[in-house]
Amino acid sequence: MHAISYSHVMQGFPNFFCQPNLREDKLQPRDFHILFVPRRSLLCEQRLKEKGVLNSFTNIDEYILDLIPYDGDLLSMESESSFRECYLENDQTSLYHAAKGLMTLQALYGTIPQIFGKGECARHVANMMLRMKREFAGSQTQILPVFDTLLLLDRNVDLLTPLATQLTYEGLIDEIFGITNGYVKLPPEKFAQKKQGEGGKELPTEPKKLQLNSAEELYAEIRDKNFNAVGAALSKKAKIISAAFEERHNAKTVGEIKQFVSQLPHMQAARSSLANHTSIAELIKDITTSEDFFDSLTVEQEFMTGVDTDKVSTYIEDCIAQKDPLIKILRLVCMQSVCNNGLKQKVLDYYKKEILQTYGYKHILTLKNLERVGLLKPQSTMRNNYPTIRKTLKLWMEDANEQNPNDISYVYSGYAPLSVRLTQVLARPGWRSIEEVLKMLPGPHFEERQQVPTGLHKKRQPGENRTILVFFLGGVTYAEIAALRFLSNMEDSGTEYIIAATKLINGTSWIKSLMDSPEENLP
Amino acid sequence: HHYIGATWHVLKIELYEMGWNLKDGLRECLVAAAPYGGPISLLKGHNRRSPSARPQLEIYSSSGLPLASFPWKSGVVKQLGWTVSDDLLCVQEDGTVLVYDLLGGFKRHFSMGNEVSQSQVLETKIFHSPYGTGVAILTGALRFTLATNIDDIKLRRLPEVPGLQGAPSCWAVLTQDRQSKVLVANGSHLFILDNTACTPVTPPGLSPQASSIVHMCVSFSYKYLALLTDSGHVWMGTSNLKEKLSEVDTKIKTPPKQMAWCRRPKSQQPSAVVMWDGLLIVVGECKETIQYHLDDDSILVPELDGVRIISGTHHELLQEVPGACEEIFKIASMAPGALLLEAHKEYEKESQKADEYLREIKEQSLLSEAVRQCVEAAGHEHEPETQKTLLRAASFGKCFLSNFPPEQFVSMCRDLRVLNAVRDYTVGIPLTHTQFKQMTVQVLIDRLVYRKLYPLAIEICRYLKTPEYQGVSRVLKHWACYKVQQKEESDEVIAKAVSVKLADAAGIFYSEIATKAYESGRTELAIKLLEFEPRSGEQVPLLLKMKKSPLALSKAIESGDTDLVYTVVMYLKNELNRGDFFMMLRNQPVALSLYKQFCKHQEQDTLKDLFNQDDDHEELGNLYVKASYKEQRLEARIALLQSAVDEYYKAKNEFSAKTTEDEMRLLRFQRKLEEEKGELLVGFSLHDTMTTLLSVGLHKHAEQLYKDFRVPDKRFWWLKLKSLAEKEDWEELEKFGKSKKSPIGYLPFVEVCIKHHNKYEAKKYVSKVTPEQKVKAHLAVGDMEGAAEAAIERRNESEISTVLSRCSATTDHLLMERLNRAKATAVKK
Repeated sequence: MHAISYSHVMQGFPNFFCQPNLREDKLQPRDFHILFVPRRSLLCEQRLKEKGVLNSFTNIDEYILDLIPYDGDLLSMESESSFRECYLENDQTSLYHAAKGLMTLQALYGTIPQIFGKGECARHVANMMLRMKREFAGSQTQILPVFDTLLLLDRNVDLLTPLATQLTYEGLIDEIFGITNGYVKLPPEKFAQKKQGEGGKELPTEPKKLQLNSAEELYAEIRDKNFNAVGAALSKKAKIISAAFEERHNAKTVGEIKQFVSQLPHMQAARSSLANHTSIAELIKDITTSEDFFDSLTVEQEFMTGVDTDKVSTYIEDCIAQKDPLIKILRLVCMQSVCNNGLKQKVLDYYKKEILQTYGYKHILTLKNLERVGLLKPQSTMRNNYPTIRKTLKLWMEDANEQNPNDISYVYSGYAPLSVRLTQVLARPGWRSIEEVLKMLPGPHFEERQQVPTGLHKKRQPGENRTILVFFLGGVTYAEIAALRFLSNMEDSGTEYIIAATKLINGTSWIKSLMDSPEENLP
Repeated sequence: HHYIGATWHVLKIELYEMGWNLKDGLRECLVAAAPYGGPISLLKGHNRRSPSARPQLEIYSSSGLPLASFPWKSGVVKQLGWTVSDDLLCVQEDGTVLVYDLLGGFKRHFSMGNEVSQSQVLETKIFHSPYGTGVAILTGALRFTLATNIDDIKLRRLPEVPGLQGAPSCWAVLTQDRQSKVLVANGSHLFILDNTACTPVTPPGLSPQASSIVHMCVSFSYKYLALLTDSGHVWMGTSNLKEKLSEVDTKIKTPPKQMAWCRRPKSQQPSAVVMWDGLLIVVGECKETIQYHLDDDSILVPELDGVRIISGTHHELLQEVPGACEEIFKIASMAPGALLLEAHKEYEKESQKADEYLREIKEQSLLSEAVRQCVEAAGHEHEPETQKTLLRAASFGKCFLSNFPPEQFVSMCRDLRVLNAVRDYTVGIPLTHTQFKQMTVQVLIDRLVYRKLYPLAIEICRYLKTPEYQGVSRVLKHWACYKVQQKEESDEVIAKAVSVKLADAAGIFYSEIATKAYESGRTELAIKLLEFEPRSGEQVPLLLKMKKSPLALSKAIESGDTDLVYTVVMYLKNELNRGDFFMMLRNQPVALSLYKQFCKHQEQDTLKDLFNQDDDHEELGNLYVKASYKEQRLEARIALLQSAVDEYYKAKNEFSAKTTEDEMRLLRFQRKLEEEKGELLVGFSLHDTMTTLLSVGLHKHAEQLYKDFRVPDKRFWWLKLKSLAEKEDWEELEKFGKSKKSPIGYLPFVEVCIKHHNKYEAKKYVSKVTPEQKVKAHLAVGDMEGAAEAAIERRNESEISTVLSRCSATTDHLLMERLNRAKATAVKK
């Protein structure tokens, strides 16, 4: 089955159906069906019609798939290019789907009484939701609201966070190997099965594919930890598991043995899970202990703390000179620009020229795209307000505790993601305390209330948590998710967070989605 | 009450004395009455063809109140019938079917196909199936054509019936296995016709005296079949012809006028009604029959739980007596319900006997059963007084029960109130409780709406607390649709009336009402009404239909549904000339950017026009750059890049213009060198070009690029350093290192040499490294002593630690001691 989206169709998807072998397979008559995901699209149908194949489909229908649950507390629309469409192309289709998805969510879990938001897209989504609410008046669901508050956040309110290298376990897996639809593909060498008696078995060549979610006990425990705390957690787990296996020597009676055997499958699963994560952690450690990684992280942290953000960075220069991967360069340059609220024209032009000379002129469109979405920009006459934002929101915590964190800044070993800080402040003491900073960030901030049918007002028991749904328009990173989970689990935080996003992103996938580098066609 | 045998009796009750005044009764009329107490249509003199004496089509309620009447001006009608949604079907001789609403408004017509119109309609039956209302036609060519659902017409021509010479003696349509089939009798032979085959069938145990089947009827549920033979026997069995239920001799051999099933759902008894002129016979399981005399020409209307008999003057219901009623009203019945009724009667008389009766019921623990019986019986009664008596008795009995669930009693009271209201003579829908439950409130509301009985419909919705969305709002919508068609009132008055009445109603779809207004030619009113529509998405299609495209476009944008915006944009693209189209987009930035998205993928040239219109030189430049990469010839690419340069200059984007010019210069250089040296270069970045040139020893050319393109020294040094090391040209590297002071320092020299496994060469540069990098350089070449020396000299604690961590405890014992001492002093300091 092929899921079809608008971009598929625009990129030659109908041609697939126009191949003669598919169209006129008279010997083996086959039925073709189209199921549009997430929604039917006029343009797709029109394109198929132009190609003269629309009528050869037995069935044309849509499967309304807006929000896909990725974990107990995580929903994603997996809308690949949502950020690009919204901020670069002014195409707000994905926001319409987001609003629709939120309406579905409300139909299932009750009207959300309070909506907060920051950013143009957030405003647009909230407007659509309120409008749709009016449209559905009369068919209100009599469901006790599960969510107390919805927070809509534009990605461009916080352009910095995705650029930084995530330092949680899951974040690093995503940075290094890339997590797609809850799966990661890993180099096979580390996962060779060592069976007794079979000495020189060949190494597997297929990448090892692993599913990653909280259903796996160990993973749930370590996914959101700072990577530096993962080693200790793994060895602690190893001790527990081997102790559990030792138990068999203590099992004397038939009953005890039976008890032990009944736990075996669980223990074996735990052991293989431990083996997998130990291997992954080793793979990651090889990278995080490298000088390259260290240098790059140092520069990132300098930028985030505002060190020398207004001059050309020697490190970036050297990286370009050595022709390090382009995306790495773009991430760093964008980060410097964001942390300096724009670069001096001379500095910006220098970087751009260096990039074009080294990686090729064809990246000129990519650079323009980055400028258009505000990731790169020349300094305006306005004062650099990033230091004010950093100080007010405490974006940099000097003594981040990686092992036993007491603040969200542990996810970037010092940097507290701006988006999550905004969320945290909203819950307590409220945005009124940071009006000034909110004004410095792009787009309007707002609050809306939705009428909840009388009798459905939630009466919170003392000690019962509030539930806030945080929706990231333009994507969310695993480190941000980790930070929000940390807030949920913090003692007497009083708030539980559910996270939704148009897409799960990291700096690399995000920058990639904004690139426009034409293919070479010269012979 | 008529009894047949010990346990079965039928009851004939009068529903109405008919309100109509028919001179000749139903004589020589085509008559069709809809089931579920639906309307009755009459066509008098349907065979008349002269224009001077046209037949008259009349529609009445079940109580005989006129709903519509008009002269028939179309062709000869063979059959009338009603659809499930109370529309009248008039099947003409030529196979055309005309559809009217129950107030006589013409809705549409459709044809039953060429074959039918050529060979003409001989006989027709209109039937209901799970798929809707169907029409079956027997043509003059003795073939059957069938449409199962007139709202989605798929004509099916059934196979031929073997040996059929003239019209078959009788036939019927039945639904089996989710398929409509025709059962046809030709003399004593019986066939089932389905899509593919004509299968002969034999009813089990059919009396052998019969030489022909003269009449047949299928029960309301299609489960049972009754056949009447020329010997006067009625055979009753299942319609799949697997089982015979009974066979009764009517002792009448003339063919009847009509035959129908008269059986309640779940009844154990088969029973059918056969009608001749002036005589009605009810047949059941046993030999005896019940006979009624009929004064007047009548028709039978089969219902779910009985059969209605309509004559020129009366309307009656013939029913098998419901179990509960029989239990209670049977003479000298000792059933709990009967005793409870008695107890209540005595209680009303303030007699102590009430207690005795109650005691008797309670002793057998049958009080709840008694209450249940009374409630159920009340539901079957048509007389409100009897209903009340039974319900009062039930209520009385309930007082002596704890924990008796109230739902049955409460809902029965409500149902009966609704039923009594619609059975009223002025409404004329004589539904039984069983029929009402089967039909559902929803459908009943629809039927009232078809009759334009809006206030009653709303009353019922409110009374039954039907959710507003499906109840009151829906009725109001229908009312409004009707209202907007009233020609005599002005747009303002109607719009106001509609908005006032519908103001608080939830979930009103104004777009539907507006569509109705537009269809009746009132565009202005439609626009006014659309303003009330909260769902902008719904406003758009109608606005487009009404050619109000600017409004449609802004409504589409308002909805946020980009697909809808595209719908309007594509529509406008086809409707308007290019200039107007662009102008309209210009005022709607959201639509414009979406259209640009579309053009980006499908219409690059249009995109260029759009940018030109807006003087967007920056985007034009980008467009040329993109286009240049599609070119396969270098000249063409350079030409497009030149266009880009021009646009960038116009856009005052000096940087883009200059870099693009650089690119053109580079491409020309690459081509020239390719031609001269045969080295593949075109399309490479400047950096890669220089690397390639250095790797093949074209140092001068590389230097030229370095100067021409003002490559920063640092990068060029890195580049050259790496290229030379790659080639292992150590001599050249040394020369290069000495050419001038390295802008990148000498640590890279050390590291690059080590990377290429040349420790000897690496060592040459260690001394040149700055003091800060000395330790690193010594470590890189593996000189622990040197590293230690440098670290100690610099008294730098972290550097000392770094060296220490690289020392081996076995071989560097002494060194470690020295380092540790130095570290201690460094820390102190």
